Amino acid sequence: MTRANLASLAAGAIFGVGLALSAMVDRHVVLGFLDVTGHWNPRLAFVMAAAVAVAAVAYRLIFRRPAPALGGEFRVPKTDVIDVRLVAGAAIFGVGWGLAGFCPGPVLVGVAAGVRDAWIFVPAMFAGSWIAGRLVR
Amino acid sequence: MNDWAASAAGGALIGLGAAILMWSVGRIAGISGIASGALEGARGDRAWRIAFLAGMMIAGAVALQFLPAPPRAQTGSTPLLIVAGLLVGFGTRVGNGCTSGHGVCGLARLSKRSLVAVVTFMAAAFASAFVMNHVSVWP
Repeated sequence: MTRANLASLAAGAIFGVGLALSAMVDRHVVLGFLDVTGHWNPRLAFVMAAAVAVAAVAYRLIFRRPAPALGGEFRVPKTDVIDVRLVAGAAIFGVGWGLAGFCPGPVLVGVAAGVRDAWIFVPAMFAGSWIAGRLVR
Repeated sequence: MNDWAASAAGGALIGLGAAILMWSVGRIAGISGIASGALEGARGDRAWRIAFLAGMMIAGAVALQFLPAPPRAQTGSTPLLIVAGLLVGFGTRVGNGCTSGHGVCGLARLSKRSLVAVVTFMAAAFASAFVMNHVSVWP
């Protein structure tokens, strides 16, 4: 395995442990945050705040380098254009996320952990992405 | 460790994983994009994606075994899960990102596009969760 793939594997492993520890794999914790009228569960806000804070500080340091440590270049979107596609896509994603409480990272961990609902959700998720890839170029 | 501390610690690890991916290979840790690229992307651009997803899924599943409160048994409505999955897959592909790509990485690098995406998908998710819980028509 190349060093780049090994680094990706390690980054993914740390990311995955974070998803598990933060309970985001449990879609009811997520739904408990999204439904403000019930027993509101603020955990998702703590997860997001901590993740963004750590990544923001780290990115500032990392982007001082001319290039990634293992070669290539930083592949970061350059565009700042806010278009219908961005807003419509985000809205459609949000509706689906609010229906089930699953988003792509946690639900894939759920698949590996044998969570029944994740096994139903993920094939549909890949189908939806494939359909979008055919329709939108 | 109480729930909130575990959430913050978990979030910090998510941010750290995203940082390591950017530092090493220069990529955004956006799971919807990494996953669709792993399945449909250019051949030479798949290995790092598969490595990241394998690490995330295996380490995440193993970590769940050691946590005091594993996810409770989940038995949601199958049609609802399928519709939700289709919407999540479709929307993240069209909008170029999900909770990790726009939410964590996009906000962390102060992207205007990601801020708009996050506000939009949070608002839509609050609305759909509200409808689900109060005007539910699902079996």
